[in-house]
Amino acid sequence: MKQASELYETYLRTDMLPTILCSGCGAGVVLNATIRAIDSLKMDLDNMVFVSGIGCSSRLGAYINADSLHTTHGRAIAYATGVKAANPDLEVVVFTGDGDCVGIGGNHFIHGIRRNIGINVIAINNYNYGMTGGQTSPSTPQGSVTTTTQYGAFEHPFDIAQLAKTAGAAYVARWTTSHPLQLQKAIRKGFSNKGFCFIEVLSPCPTSYWGRNKVRNPEEMYQWYKDHTIPIGRAEEYPEKIPIGELVNVEKREWTEQWASLVRKVSP
Amino acid sequence: MNAREAIGDTVQFVQGDKACVYGALLAGCRFFAGYPITPATEIAEEMSRLLPLIGGTSIQMEDEIGSISAVVGAAWTGAKAMTATSGPGFSLMQETIGYAVMTETPCVIVDVQRGGPSTGQPTRASQGDVMQARYGSHGDYELIVLSPSSVQEAMELTIRAFNLSETYRVPAILLTEESIGHMREKITIPDTVPLQSRPATEDEAAPHVPPFSPFGRGKKAFVTGLTHQDNGHPSTDDHEVHDRLVRRLCAKVCENMDDIFQADTVRMDDADTVIVSYGISARPGRAASEMAAQAGRKVGAITLKTLWPFNYAYFAELAQRVDHIVVVEMNCGMLYHSIREAAAGNANVTLVSTLGGKVADPTAILEVIR
Repeated sequence: MKQASELYETYLRTDMLPTILCSGCGAGVVLNATIRAIDSLKMDLDNMVFVSGIGCSSRLGAYINADSLHTTHGRAIAYATGVKAANPDLEVVVFTGDGDCVGIGGNHFIHGIRRNIGINVIAINNYNYGMTGGQTSPSTPQGSVTTTTQYGAFEHPFDIAQLAKTAGAAYVARWTTSHPLQLQKAIRKGFSNKGFCFIEVLSPCPTSYWGRNKVRNPEEMYQWYKDHTIPIGRAEEYPEKIPIGELVNVEKREWTEQWASLVRKVSP
Repeated sequence: MNAREAIGDTVQFVQGDKACVYGALLAGCRFFAGYPITPATEIAEEMSRLLPLIGGTSIQMEDEIGSISAVVGAAWTGAKAMTATSGPGFSLMQETIGYAVMTETPCVIVDVQRGGPSTGQPTRASQGDVMQARYGSHGDYELIVLSPSSVQEAMELTIRAFNLSETYRVPAILLTEESIGHMREKITIPDTVPLQSRPATEDEAAPHVPPFSPFGRGKKAFVTGLTHQDNGHPSTDDHEVHDRLVRRLCAKVCENMDDIFQADTVRMDDADTVIVSYGISARPGRAASEMAAQAGRKVGAITLKTLWPFNYAYFAELAQRVDHIVVVEMNCGMLYHSIREAAAGNANVTLVSTLGGKVADPTAILEVIR
């Protein structure tokens, strides 16, 4: 495995550093895994576009030394759809979060999946709106204290990976920032699938979420994700745990391929 | 097949919505994203028929926010891109129109106006989005809004909207009405049209406009709606950076007024009264001017093709020359306020306002003049 220092100069927009991320935040682990996956696939950065919305996770695109489109809240998948549909040769990666992806952006998420546009979406699920100071999100576990659920959240949370699977994504995986190598492998596999690729990463927000929920030490937080998850094959034995692993990996005709064949068919 | 071949006969009898599509394709539009809405749906339908024939891309998105977002994404690959909608969808697009202003993304938005507020009168014309087109997004900004008063002009001004949008890297809005959008008139389609493309280098760029770096060319463009420095990097706490950016974004539109502003005039030479209008309302305005001339009155008519940026100097000068300016609009008075502000008391400014899809009656305009 390459040292981080070897990847730093090639893949990072160094004049944007240091990042805005808090100590203990998991987003850096996701950035690291993404860059390592890109490096091992020998993808051409000049042919990649990183699209994101609004939130902590959406800042990641800025740190990669490639074209990036930092857009409006919740709409990254719609912008990415325009990029990919207008130039199918580009590899498009979307960084998003739980609020951005399935809160304000939920409609674009399910419809991007439905039309199977060939983009790669990495959603960093930290159970809350971190950038605005820790409000409840569509994925906040029941009972959690957030700044807008001060007596404990009672709404049913979305299982985002399951939602992607149900909507029909070609590739779906869920890992956590406590499983960086598995995450990197999933990103490699997902990027190799030509259809809509969705990877959910459970990731700690020490500043806005875990502190209010009585986990104050980053080591404990990272251990929490190991203790509360279970490989998908054994999920039935442990119904109280969160299944992790690859949920879907199928071949499915991608939108731009279908559009290209339509153009060939109808154009004289 | 090229766009001109796909469009077909030189002389056609078509709706304004279809004429917009013809104009867009002639101007080089190769990407359309839209969502069905009366009375703009025909634009999406015609785009979905014609774009695949010429190797372009047309996509129906899940809503109007998705449509304008996809258009901005497509524009950053270098494509000329457009969406079309009506009032309710135009409201949904406002946040992203502001994003396109902030990121200097060339794109065209057609708003075929219908009666509002809310669902209002989907099949009736209105000019109720004039203020929304200019002020609908948050923050200080300027953009370009054009208004056609015939089906022929719907085609011609769509071409112009693309060219201005490319030149100044700013969203351009074609603000038309249900009446023009659904009306059929004879149009003559040119074989070639003048084409502008977004500047690739500083030498090609108009004043205050930076060169454009499309995605996929190794330029490592960083595009953000955050307040940013010239290299695109966010700088959200520095008042000088924000002040400089916002004033430049406004200046690149307002300081190029001579290029952007267009109006047609009739009987203005010795007019003491002038009827000012735009879009479908310009037609009774011109008819009233002609009727007044037949009665021996000196009544000119101005048909605005450019609504925004508002040309204060033009109206200030006009108010010096004439006694009375009559503004005809299908709303409760929108451009009327800006014209009155520019006139600054040097001429009387009167509003003839119609609502409910009713186009002003020329005799009602003559009543005001009398």
